[in-house]
This record gives sequence, C-alpha cells and structure tokens, in this order.
Amino acid sequence: MHTNLYEKPATELCKLLANKEASSVEITRSFLERIQAVEERVRAFVTVTPDLAIEMAQEADRRIAAGNNGPLTGLPIAVKDNMCVKGRRVTCGSRILANFAPPYDATVVRLMREAGMVILGMANMDEFAMGSSTETSYWGPTRNPWNPEMTPGGSSGGPAAAVAAMEAPVALGSDTGGSIRLPAGFCGVTGIKPTYGAVSRYGLVAYASSLDQIGPIGRDARDMALILNLICSHDPMDSTSAPMEHPDFISVLDKPVKGMTIGLPSEFFSKLEDPDVDKVMSETRVVFKSMGISFIELSLPHLDYGIAAYYIIAPSEASSNLARFDGVKYGHRSAQFESMIDMYCRTRAEGFGPEVKRRIMLGTYALSSGYYDAYYLKAAKIRTLITNDFKNAFRTCDAILCPIAPTPPFKIGEKIDDPIQMYLTDVFTIPVNMAGLPGMAIPGGFSRNGLPVGIQLIAPHFQEARLVQLASAFQRETDHHLKSPVL
Amino acid sequence: MEYEPIIGLEVHAQLLTDSKAFCSCTTRFGAEPNMNTCPICQGMPGTLPVLNRKALEFTVKMALACHCRISEFSRFARKNYYYPDLPKNYQISQYELPVAEGGYVEIETEQGNRRIPLTRIHMEEDAGKLIHDENKPLSYVDLNRTGVPLIEIVSEPEIHSPQEAAEYLRALRSILVYLDICDGNMQEGSFRCDANVSVRPKGEQALGVKTEVKNMNSFRNVQRALEYEIDRQIEAVKAGERIVQETRLFDPSTGATAAMRSKEWAHDYRYFPDPDLLPLRVEPSLVERLRNELPELPFQKKARFVEQFGIPPYDAGVLTASRDLAAYFEQTVALFPQPKTVSNWIMTELMRMLKGEEEGIGSCLVSAEQLAGLLKSVDDGTISGKIAKTVFEEMYATGKDPAAIIKEKGLVQISDSGELAGLVKQVLDDNPQELKKLLAGKTGLKKFFVGQVMKTTKGKANPQLVNDILNDELKKRGFSE
Repeated sequence: MHTNLYEKPATELCKLLANKEASSVEITRSFLERIQAVEERVRAFVTVTPDLAIEMAQEADRRIAAGNNGPLTGLPIAVKDNMCVKGRRVTCGSRILANFAPPYDATVVRLMREAGMVILGMANMDEFAMGSSTETSYWGPTRNPWNPEMTPGGSSGGPAAAVAAMEAPVALGSDTGGSIRLPAGFCGVTGIKPTYGAVSRYGLVAYASSLDQIGPIGRDARDMALILNLICSHDPMDSTSAPMEHPDFISVLDKPVKGMTIGLPSEFFSKLEDPDVDKVMSETRVVFKSMGISFIELSLPHLDYGIAAYYIIAPSEASSNLARFDGVKYGHRSAQFESMIDMYCRTRAEGFGPEVKRRIMLGTYALSSGYYDAYYLKAAKIRTLITNDFKNAFRTCDAILCPIAPTPPFKIGEKIDDPIQMYLTDVFTIPVNMAGLPGMAIPGGFSRNGLPVGIQLIAPHFQEARLVQLASAFQRETDHHLKSPVL
Repeated sequence: MEYEPIIGLEVHAQLLTDSKAFCSCTTRFGAEPNMNTCPICQGMPGTLPVLNRKALEFTVKMALACHCRISEFSRFARKNYYYPDLPKNYQISQYELPVAEGGYVEIETEQGNRRIPLTRIHMEEDAGKLIHDENKPLSYVDLNRTGVPLIEIVSEPEIHSPQEAAEYLRALRSILVYLDICDGNMQEGSFRCDANVSVRPKGEQALGVKTEVKNMNSFRNVQRALEYEIDRQIEAVKAGERIVQETRLFDPSTGATAAMRSKEWAHDYRYFPDPDLLPLRVEPSLVERLRNELPELPFQKKARFVEQFGIPPYDAGVLTASRDLAAYFEQTVALFPQPKTVSNWIMTELMRMLKGEEEGIGSCLVSAEQLAGLLKSVDDGTISGKIAKTVFEEMYATGKDPAAIIKEKGLVQISDSGELAGLVKQVLDDNPQELKKLLAGKTGLKKFFVGQVMKTTKGKANPQLVNDILNDELKKRGFSE
C-alpha cells in the first residue's frame, strides 16, 4: 500500500533524506499539500509560507547533495507563532502584532536554520500563550483534529494539532503552565517541556519569563530525542540558559527501564474525578508495572497552592513583559488619538484580547505598591516550597507519573467565559513550571468518546533524557501514539 | 526661628564602557539617531539582556573607592513606567538588593573635612531621547543612549548646605574621573544629579516634607537651584504653608524651581526582580582584584602632595582635581624639583591658558619636560621670569622647545654687566629731568630707569643686575638713600 510522505514519522523521513530516497522538496510538498487539504478543518496555522518552505527545502537538498548535511537537514517543522523568524510575520496570536516581522532570528530558529530544517509556517496559539484552548487567538480557534467541536488544548494548540493532523512531522511549542503538554495530551501526540534553562528563550516572545520554556511536539519519544538534540544547548544570549553539556537523547531511546521507581503523588490522584482519565491512569500503571517498574506513593503537600501562586507570578511578569506593546515602535497603533497617553490606551485596548487584558490587570495589581509583599512575594515563597516538595519526592523515585489534565478534551466555547474553570485545566502541569522541572506528555489512551487522553511524566532538573527513555519504553509496549485522527 | 536645610543627592553617572549594559551595541556618542541600536536595546519582543561584566567591574570600583559594603549577591529589578524613550517600558535597575550599600565620600568644608554618608550604589540602564518637531505636534525617538550603563549613587540626607552639595558633587565626579569610569560631563548629561530637599527648625530631629529638584546641569546650577528651593521652603513654612511632596524642575534662566504637573509623574513603579537576569554574584576574588587595581584617589593624592612636596593644601587641591593634571605636576617636579615654583606656574600660567579647553591638560602641547626646561632657564638666569611668560605662550601655541624659542627670538637674558652699565648710563643721560628729580629724593623714579633699560633691551636685561648697576651708578652721581 502506498503511504504518503506526510504520514511517515520524522525519524523515517530523516532516513529517507539521508539515503537520498526522498528529497526535502518532495517531503515539504507532501506536507504543504496535506496542509492545503485539511487546514480548513483544523486551522493549526496562523501563517503558512509555502514559497519560503520550498526555498529552505531546496537549500537543504543542495546541502544533502554536497554532503554538508546533519541528522535533521531537510526535515519540515511547524513553529509556534511566538518565536522570532527574521523577516516573517510573527503575531503571538494577537492583533497587536498582526503585522509584526521581527528583525532577527530566535536562537532555536537559528539552530533550525543551521541544521537545515524547513519551516512550514507559524502555528496558532492562545494570544501571547495565555489560555488552555487556543480559543483566545486573534485568528480564531484551532480545532482538535480528533473532533472539530473540541479544543486542541492550549496554548500550543496549533503546533499540537498540526502534528496530530500530519500537517507537520514535528513542531516547536512553548510551555509556561502546560502549554506544550496540555495540547499534546488533547491531540494524542508526544510533547516535552524541558527543564527551565535547557533551551534558550532568546527570541521567544515572553509571556512569563521565569516559567516559559520552548520544547518539541512530535509523534513519539524518538521525535523528542531528535529535536532535543538540536535545541538543548547553552546560549550566551540568554542569561537563564544553563551552561552545561546535554546528553545525546537518541542514545537513551533503547535503554532498559527495568528497576526504575515511579512516584505517584497522592495530591494529584485524589483529584481524579473523570472516569476516562482515571481509566487511562490505571492502564498506564499496568503497562509500566509490566516493564519492571515499581511504584511509590508520595506527597507533594504544597501542590494545592500551585495554581494560585502561578496566577500571581505569571501575570505579574506578563504585565511587565507586555508593556512594550505600546504602538510606539512596532505592531498595531490606534488610528486616532488625542495625546501620547491616549495613544497608549487606545492601542492596547484595541490590540489585546480580553484574556490578555485580564492577566495584565491581575499582574499590575499584584505588583502595585502595598500589595507586592502580600501577593508576589508570597507566591515566590510558595514556588520555593513546591520546588522543595519535588526535590524531596525525587529522593525516593526516578520520575513522577500523573495526568496532564483533569478531563479529556473539552468543547470549544465550554470554558472560555469561565476563566477559573479554564485555569483549573492546568492543575497538573503548572507545578512543573513552578519548579522548573522537565515534564512530558505521552499518549495514554482514549476516552469513551474516542478522544485522546495523555499522561504526564516529570523528572528531576535536567533529566529529560530519563523522560525520553521512559516514554520510549512505554511506546514500545503501547500503540496509542500510532493512532491518528481521520480527517 | 532658624531653619536648616537637609539635602540628599541622587547622582547618575554614565559608565565609560565600550558597549551597552545589556547588549553589545557601542556607547559612542554622536552617531546618527538610532544607529547604535540592536533588537535588544530597541526592546524587540523576545530579546533578552546579558550583563556587561565591565559595567559591573566599574560599579564595584566606585563602590570600593567610596568605602561601600559590596553585596556578594544582588539582584536586578524592573522599574515599570511608560515613556517612549524607554522601549521596553521598564528600566532594568536594582531595587531591594543593590551592588553596594553604605560608604561615604569625604569633602572639605570651612569647618574641616566631612564624610558624606552614602545609602547605596546600584547599576541601571539609561533611557533614550525624545526629539520634538518644532513645527508639527510630532516627536521622534532616538535610542542610541538606551541601555548605556549607569550607576546611581544615593547619598544619605546629610548634606547641610548648597555649598556642601556642590563640594560633594565635585568630590564624587573627581573620584569617577580618577577611576576612569565616567567622563563627568554635566552638560552632556554623563554626570547628572537630582536633589531631595527639605527644611526643619534647627535642633529638630524629624525630617520635613521633601521635594525632588531636577534639571540642574552644572555645579553652579545645583547650588543656585538648592539655594532657591531652600529659601522657598523656609518662606513657605514661615508663612504657615505646608510643603507638598513633589518633583520640581529648575529653570536656569530664572533661577527658580517650579512644580511639575504631579499627575503625570505620580508613578507606582511596580518594582520586581527581573526574571531575565540571574541573581548577580560578585565574587570576593573579583572584589580583591579590583581593590588592588584601584588608583590613588583624589583625597589621598592631595594629602600626599601636601606632605611630599610641601605645597599649600589649596595648591594640592587644585593640582589633584584631575588625575592628568596631578601627573603633569609630578612629572615636572621630577625634572625641576622646586614644587612651589612648578605649582605656581601650573596654577597661574598653564591654567589660564587651559581655561576653556574642553579636554584640559590632555590637549596641552607643552610637555612636562618642556615646562621643566623653561623653569630651569629662569632659574639659571638664561631668561627673566617675565620673558618666560612670553616664551610659555609661544610654547603653548606651537609645542616648540623653550630653548628653541629663546634662541630663535634672541630672548637670552643680558647679564653682561659691562653692556648693562653702558645702557644704564645712557638712560640716565637721556633723561636729565627724571634724574634730577630722583637725585632730589623722588626714589620711586628708580623703577622708571629700570623700565627704560628693559624697554631698550626688549625685556631681556637681567632685572636684578640692572637694579644693582643702577644703584652703583646713582651712588657715583651723589645719590644716597
């Protein structure tokens, strides 16, 4: 049976490219055709750039012909719309940057160029990565490829949906409170949020600087290893980038996991009310157990304060990070205004959507004189306590297992008018960002309605290789990651 | 009732690093608008700051020179406010944990030396500039200065007069210039000062309500502004008015301060730690290295000059005001070991010529060797002190050696007593009227005859010798004192 190139996993595409059995232009065309065929039903992209993609593919083919290629040369990728690509439109899903073309490349983009990767386009996201459903995008919501009535999760809904819909073999997302893991889980794909500091943030338009981290989304652990090998590196342009050597993530893919211990935090499991998620978690434990992994119950006592503290810290940083969007230098500027202050007000009133405004106001309030100690400082202390909880937990286990979200994918429109309900979606993912740990989303099964349900693995700082190793082993025993939606 | 002013000063000094505080753009002054910018200092989305280590070293040097406690850990904070010259709409500064705290700057007052205590020294980045169109309601933004490293030096409110404030600023600037970390130019704004001023009845402990005075771009204006503001506050308090906490701008053309519209400046800066920069660690080894690299500072140098060269404190103060001038003095004295003579020459002739020169001694064509040579020529009688001034002017203008000028212009002093005796006789004979009066007792006319000899020799006659010969000749002619 003939398989289209776009159906093949990234590792196979890389092999075809290296063996000159398929050209980058052929592969890229296959994905561009796929995008054309399904994008209307998915809306994973804000901007698709076919001409530029073909140009990059041609360049990649020249490099392969010249023998000047690396493991990723010629492989197409979708990039979340918040990473700067020189000269291309990067909007962050916002009207305020609707016509913004950055004058420089993000470090990850530079690394992709140097590797000879092909950027297909910029993938949709919640406005400034603020949201859990990709509904707050100025460009409209992305649909879940498994069911167009459902959200793909957020904020990296575009990249996850693009991979699930086979519009791209791999994608880059960013994760501040679950923004890679939640959409990966909702779309039935694999995604990893590396340790804070593992991947350079230079050129990632900041939402909450102390929590943001770029990471890959792909079909399986192998895709993670491929992309992590490229993007995990020290960057002198980012002061928070860790000055260290990262391991070869490919080398751990086939390593045995027998004898490892996985921790189960009681605080997480006591919250499980959804039968679908509960079922998937039980099945997952059976699989891991069959692989010779033992479980230990443990406690992360300060987890309950995670969301509250996150919604102080992230908006506080956002209120400052987003101050630069003022109509003076770039982006949207109101057409009519009476004074400088009036220009600022109108520009921002018109340029930002309601969720962004809500978080700017929250953060501005939390940092105001007289409130700083009660809010920001307290939240920072809770953050330390959560980090210590995890450190203690990792004394007794190699990784922690928990759900990604309390429920399977929810409907578009279901939570958008109830911010608290929307925020609670991230209860399992936020603590990982607060502690700066690596967290991975792996397809864990399906709900009774046939929607993907993901599982989450969490490892100690800079142990993403252990996550890749565990996920790879898990995916040898399961086939959830091999299923794809019918489009 | 008598009132006393309480003044605290906040000084911003631009650091002389080659590149900006958080990106690699040049800090050179005078480029076309926005040429010295990059995505980072333009505040482009996604960019991140990386600290310039040199800026940190400069800050630590200043802190050491001011006897501050250096914090091993400090933090950068964001100061949030909206203004078009601030592209991120926040300034990277320091708030709760500055690089240095405490310390003092020593100044001289009429009552003797005083130590003005410092609150803190911290690092921050400069903002850009707005350029307003004169014809249209339009403003332009120049970001060349954006991100240039600054240190803010905050004094305790323990300055008691406008004179002390000016003295403190001079001392501070002199230290910065000595350390070669700031050019100290107030007009160009690389050394700026804001003042917090309040008044209280003498003897009272509690501080009065303060105002913040801005826009004083010279030492003189600082003094004028403070004098005005102190008088204004005392008058207001005497009239039973309340002082309002506000920011006031000094107007150099009227000499007065006036309140800024308060609403526009009622900021809540919402400081919080900058998550893009890690806590700053100043290694003790770095502090030690910088401590060892510290040059002799103005105050120490001045004391040494008094001690070592036996010159008056006033001279030492003038000579050590600039490191280059002090070095010039020392080099000259090494070649011509009469410190007071050298000091006199530098303070009168040289400084008179240097007045108005932007670069000070740096632009002077006369080397220390040449000045020493000139002074030797006076000392050994080759030329007179008066001629030396003419020679010096020529040296200053052309950079030529004094010996060459003396030779070229035939300025060698006439010390031949035979020749001078003839000249003396001749001027006595040529002016019988004056001679008669002199012999009759009008001794003041001696000077006239010396002058006549100097005139005929175009100043080259050795004045001491002329005097002696004149006295001899007059004696011969029956004159007695």
